[in-house]
Amino acid sequence: MEAVNVKNLVKIYGKDKTAVDDISFSVNQGEIFGLIGPDGAGKTSIFRVLTTLLLPDGGSATVDGFDVVKDYKQIRSRVGYMPGKFSLYQDLSVEENLNFFATIFNTTIAENYHLIKDIYVQLEPFKNRRAGQLSGGMKQKLALCCALIHKPVVLFLDEPTTGVDPVSRKEFWEILQQLKEQNITIVVSTPYMDEANRCDRIAMIQSGQLLSVDTPANIIKSYPEQLYAIKANNMHALLKILHEYNQVKSSYAFGEFAHISFKEPKFNPDQAVTYLETKGLQDIELIKTEVTIEDCFIKLL
Amino acid sequence: MSEIVIKTDKLTKRFGDFIAANEITFKVNKGEIFGFLGANGAGKTTAMRMLCGLSIPSSGQATIAGFDVYKQTEQIKKNIGYMSQKFSLYEDLTVLENINFFGGIYGLTDKELKTKSAQLIDQLGLQLQAKKLVASLPLGWKQKLSFSVAVLHEPKIVFLDEPTGGVDPVTRRQFWDLIYDAADRGVTIFVTTHYMDEAEYCNRISIMVDGVIKALDTPRNLKDTFHANNMDEVFYELARSAKRSE
Repeated sequence: MEAVNVKNLVKIYGKDKTAVDDISFSVNQGEIFGLIGPDGAGKTSIFRVLTTLLLPDGGSATVDGFDVVKDYKQIRSRVGYMPGKFSLYQDLSVEENLNFFATIFNTTIAENYHLIKDIYVQLEPFKNRRAGQLSGGMKQKLALCCALIHKPVVLFLDEPTTGVDPVSRKEFWEILQQLKEQNITIVVSTPYMDEANRCDRIAMIQSGQLLSVDTPANIIKSYPEQLYAIKANNMHALLKILHEYNQVKSSYAFGEFAHISFKEPKFNPDQAVTYLETKGLQDIELIKTEVTIEDCFIKLL
Repeated sequence: MSEIVIKTDKLTKRFGDFIAANEITFKVNKGEIFGFLGANGAGKTTAMRMLCGLSIPSSGQATIAGFDVYKQTEQIKKNIGYMSQKFSLYEDLTVLENINFFGGIYGLTDKELKTKSAQLIDQLGLQLQAKKLVASLPLGWKQKLSFSVAVLHEPKIVFLDEPTGGVDPVTRRQFWDLIYDAADRGVTIFVTTHYMDEAEYCNRISIMVDGVIKALDTPRNLKDTFHANNMDEVFYELARSAKRSE
């Protein structure tokens, strides 16, 4: 059985603001499934429907086999949800928050301590501190503990790493990997394209619509053109010239380099170097490069 | 020698026993794109608030566009622009109303406002949205508009606090086109970001760890110094030793 099944899901706000537009996907048990897309893509609306906090306007969805409309009570006891906004009790202590969540799910901290142990040891020195007084990274860890304490079948994490620095982001993904090994299904959303590679499968979403669902490796493999990385002495000038160069299919900045693809598959890239030199650029370096998820996303937009 | 628009010397901010920014010293040239990086809690926001004249330092010196951060905070505010992901525009005002409001606050005359707002709407291709509420715009548009509003009064420096957080990869790049254009016009850009590819777009970057500037150089030199392939690796190398988080 699939852990999550979403079929032709639609969510409309007000008269005509379509947040989720006929989206279908399924999540296998024990999988880390990523919803990848920018703000406003519809990720949070999907999470809210799946956690039974919002009724869909069309289509259907099940979580752990239960229907999100009919069986909302069963779902609520089976899922853990960490919303994008910190929503624990700011004036309860770390320990009180955790105890509270354990109690409302009819369990105790001791019963499922093994699930949160690795994360909670980092919080333990501050267990008497009020949640509102914690640092951002610590709040995030506490929220994860509270979402896990009743041993959910499926864990929903809405943008857990937004605004978090690259080092803390890496640590957080290592935690998720450990949870996966304990056989918890994880559905996680992120606006950071590089995090897609940490997922078993991803759904790329933009403006309420599904662009693609597959493993990161397959999505990368399906990229249709040879991609090149290019740099020169002046990046801004390089981008402007590439933009107007009629042999170029697409070009955009990508860190130290610009990524480009050519219209003609047989085009000799040395020609491009010569062309750019006549335009006054120097120190040009052009190499074949590997496609990333971000390239695929840009391609699909 | 190019003109220096930001100059700090051992700039420090203490909150009780806690030293949020510890003797930070650096200079930024006119028209430069300066990336101000650091882990959460490294002290970036504290430093930025001092540079914007919003927080008086505990010790050390700094001048922004030639004005002193202790005594001339009002002049500083007139000569800078500011935008962040959290504070940008008023959602329940229209595009045009926002432009007029912020332009007015920054001291533009009615006549200037009229030409400038028309120009801006044209440049961003927002003709059809001009009389719509900002709340109805996609995030990427809001961020582009917000940046354009922050430089409407042609400030010497614009401070950008995580301007592209959560924005899609195409809009993120369009945003950087606006940054490049402004820098070409001589506006100095002081920007924080968690996207390491964006660090590459800066002329120079500093990386703050636990209140101290640990590294400051061009992206190329930083990668050489740390034998790293990209800025992500440089950042990781420096920030993983951090003791404090936010």
